[in-house]
Amino acid sequence: MMLEVDGLDAFYGQNQALYRVAFRVDEGQVRTLLGANGAGKTTVLRSLCGMVRTGGDIRFGGKRISGWATEDIVRLGVAHVPEGRGTFLRMTVEENLQLGAMTRRDRAGITADIERLYGNFPRLKERRTQQAGTLSGGEQQMLAVGRALMLRPRLLLLDEPSFGLAPLIVEELFAILRRINAETGVAMLIVEQNAALALELAEHAYLLETGRIVMDAPAAVIGADESIRRSYLGY
Amino acid sequence: MELLLQQVMAGLATGAIYACMALSVVMIYQAIDHLNFAQGEMAMFSTFIAWQAMAWGLPYWLAFIISVVLSFIGGVLIERVLFRPIHNAPVLSNLVAFIALFSILNSSAGYIWDFTIKEFPTPFGTKPLFGRGLIDAHEAGMIGVTLVLLGLLYVFFRGTRLGLAMRAAAANPESARLVGIRVGWMTALGWGMAAAIGAVAGMLIAPVVFLEPNMMLGVLLYGFAGAVLGGLASPGGAVAGGFAVGIIENLAGTFIPYVGRELKLTIALILIVAVLMIRPSGIFGRRVVSRV
Amino acid sequence: MTVQSEETVAVPTAVMVTADVSGRRVTTRHVVIAATIAIALVIPWITKSFVMFQLTQVMIYGLAILGLNLLTGFNGQFSLGHSAFYGIGAYTAAILMHQFGLGYVLTLPTAGAVCFVVGFLFGLPALRLQGLYLALATFALAIAMPQILKFHPLETLTGGVQGLVIDQPDPPSFLPVDSDQWLYYFTLIVILVMFWAASNLVRSRTGRAIMAIRDHPIASAAMGVNGALYKSLTFGVSALYTGVAGALGALAIAFVAPDSFNFLLSVSFLVGLVIGGVGSIPGCLFGGLFVLYVPNIAESISTGLAGAIYGVILLVVIFVMPAGAAGFVRFAVAFLGRRRPARNTTAPNTTRNAN
Repeated sequence: MMLEVDGLDAFYGQNQALYRVAFRVDEGQVRTLLGANGAGKTTVLRSLCGMVRTGGDIRFGGKRISGWATEDIVRLGVAHVPEGRGTFLRMTVEENLQLGAMTRRDRAGITADIERLYGNFPRLKERRTQQAGTLSGGEQQMLAVGRALMLRPRLLLLDEPSFGLAPLIVEELFAILRRINAETGVAMLIVEQNAALALELAEHAYLLETGRIVMDAPAAVIGADESIRRSYLGY
Repeated sequence: MELLLQQVMAGLATGAIYACMALSVVMIYQAIDHLNFAQGEMAMFSTFIAWQAMAWGLPYWLAFIISVVLSFIGGVLIERVLFRPIHNAPVLSNLVAFIALFSILNSSAGYIWDFTIKEFPTPFGTKPLFGRGLIDAHEAGMIGVTLVLLGLLYVFFRGTRLGLAMRAAAANPESARLVGIRVGWMTALGWGMAAAIGAVAGMLIAPVVFLEPNMMLGVLLYGFAGAVLGGLASPGGAVAGGFAVGIIENLAGTFIPYVGRELKLTIALILIVAVLMIRPSGIFGRRVVSRV
Repeated sequence: MTVQSEETVAVPTAVMVTADVSGRRVTTRHVVIAATIAIALVIPWITKSFVMFQLTQVMIYGLAILGLNLLTGFNGQFSLGHSAFYGIGAYTAAILMHQFGLGYVLTLPTAGAVCFVVGFLFGLPALRLQGLYLALATFALAIAMPQILKFHPLETLTGGVQGLVIDQPDPPSFLPVDSDQWLYYFTLIVILVMFWAASNLVRSRTGRAIMAIRDHPIASAAMGVNGALYKSLTFGVSALYTGVAGALGALAIAFVAPDSFNFLLSVSFLVGLVIGGVGSIPGCLFGGLFVLYVPNIAESISTGLAGAIYGVILLVVIFVMPAGAAGFVRFAVAFLGRRRPARNTTAPNTTRNAN
């Protein structure tokens, strides 16, 4: 099992945000974390990356990574597309992608990956020498995903990739994510408020409510249960 | 007309000093996103180290290298010991830390080496070039070294992975960590490089302004002004800004009545502020476009 | 570089109900303030006159720092030039008394008014400059001031390099105090009035607008806050406060000279602001205390290394109290408040939004 989380508590100062959260993600799987605003979804991802004070157990590839520094966790193959995208606004599109590959040594592989990425995101190729801050929301999201993929990660964490994007763009993005998962086998943990879209892509879902996991089931099961959808997911 | 040309050339010569300093300032600004107000004092201290090495009998080039290396190490240590623990403190608290560093370096230098003016040698000699006393060998050397440094820095930041990593670490530390960059080391490296460049600047400047603990005060101010004028994002802008400040200062002193030595700095600053009013991010500064 | 303090409320927010006096709630803060004022009133009778004079200076510096605080702490505009406003205030008072024979009481509001205008006018073009660029502009102002004061054509007015000598204020005949003691009380009265006014300003709608501009300039503009007007007004008020302090300083020392209003004074104000606590009104007094006493302490430890020792002390203080004395008090109060679950205890809110 690639990622195992057990009994995860998370704290912001004195406030506890997560209570004994537990879940799994294995190689190549796409799983989603759903829940309302403020449920703690972003906190889960930040905990995985060592950005929040935590208690409990986080294991990646068998190694216990609780308490590790972010950059060390990243080097194990965990790529995080954060809330707000975290783009290097003053740098060009190309520089942003190169930064994604900062921990890699293989020049040729990096160049090949960049070209392949441009194949998946043609709009980025048009803007490769443009300052990233001038890109539209959708393009910045694609850039953020692209940058994360440059790491050749084993696990891709996505925090609300649909946020602030027009529906057409979101569909395009999720189609690309599906394709990438099929082509490269990278596992994904997607935090989403747009539950419908996430349940289409993912095979398994967790539902978070005020810091606790209240549901842990295959996506199809949750998607089919109308009462759950209505009360928790809003559709 | 001849006077104008002379003053412009003289301005370029003094401007080389400011350009050197401005380069050092922008360099560290790119690395740590703060202005280092103690930059001048660090440069002064480095120059004293070189002077001491020569006083102990070492040749110039060896003293130069020792000073640069020790300055690099010193810069890294200052970052790790002094600024890393308070990097979460408010900006103004960090500013006070810079003031403290300034005070410590200035006072210690005065205590160790006293305040009498000392001579500092130049590797370029002082022969006037182009015959007519417009510019001498050392001044040409200063301009040359500044431009070479500039070139090296440009290549480093734009063309190497380490340079890119350093820029990223300064611009957005959290995102930098998310791509695996060890931000703490990058910041320390930036400080080390800035200290080393400062040492070079100090050793170029000392032959002209003479070595004493307060030698860098005016230079640092003009260096800041030059860096800000050039737009803090750009080393090339900083160097151009430094030269511009030198020229402005000289022309103001020559052509505006009532301006004695003291008022020159004021006039220069006022002119610079006037430029900033027209172009608020400096002449070469890029306006950062950010979506709300 | 924008300036932000941890909280948007200037004063410690820990509140414990201790007693009910005639139906109004008396808070710990009120008790502390009353006690401080009581002690301040009897100081001249219990200390040596030299110490009293130093405390007078502490109050004056505290007022000057409060001026800087209003601009930098509450409105986020950076200033390295407040020594200039202090100097303008001082010289306004001195010139009015020396050349025009104006009584000392009236010099204060006049100095304040002059500084308000200068500050407001300076604030207008400064609107275009952000952070470091504004710092440079205010820095130019600080450097310029001594030069302007020594400016040859103005010498008949300013007294040139030698400055001006003025008389120390005489105490009113019905009070049994001498001239030094009167200076102390006069300063105390002015301080109380102006600190109280500042406290009210900060808590008013205007104050909230000013702080909103500091924290979210774009959002506040979108909500209809006239950023330009408020920012320039804040500059003016800030200059007014520091100018009045300068006038008091002139009265206290009975002398003004150009070189004392230099950039180093601005640095002192800044250090005092940070040590006291950015965005804290009572902290300004602590800051004034610090910048008056600590350089002297450093010098008494070692004359040759005075600067180095001062620097080390500064660093130690920053390490121990990164948010200044006010921040430390807030932290201590919160820490103590957590141990005793008293009714109505509200701990200061410094947590970020969790998602």
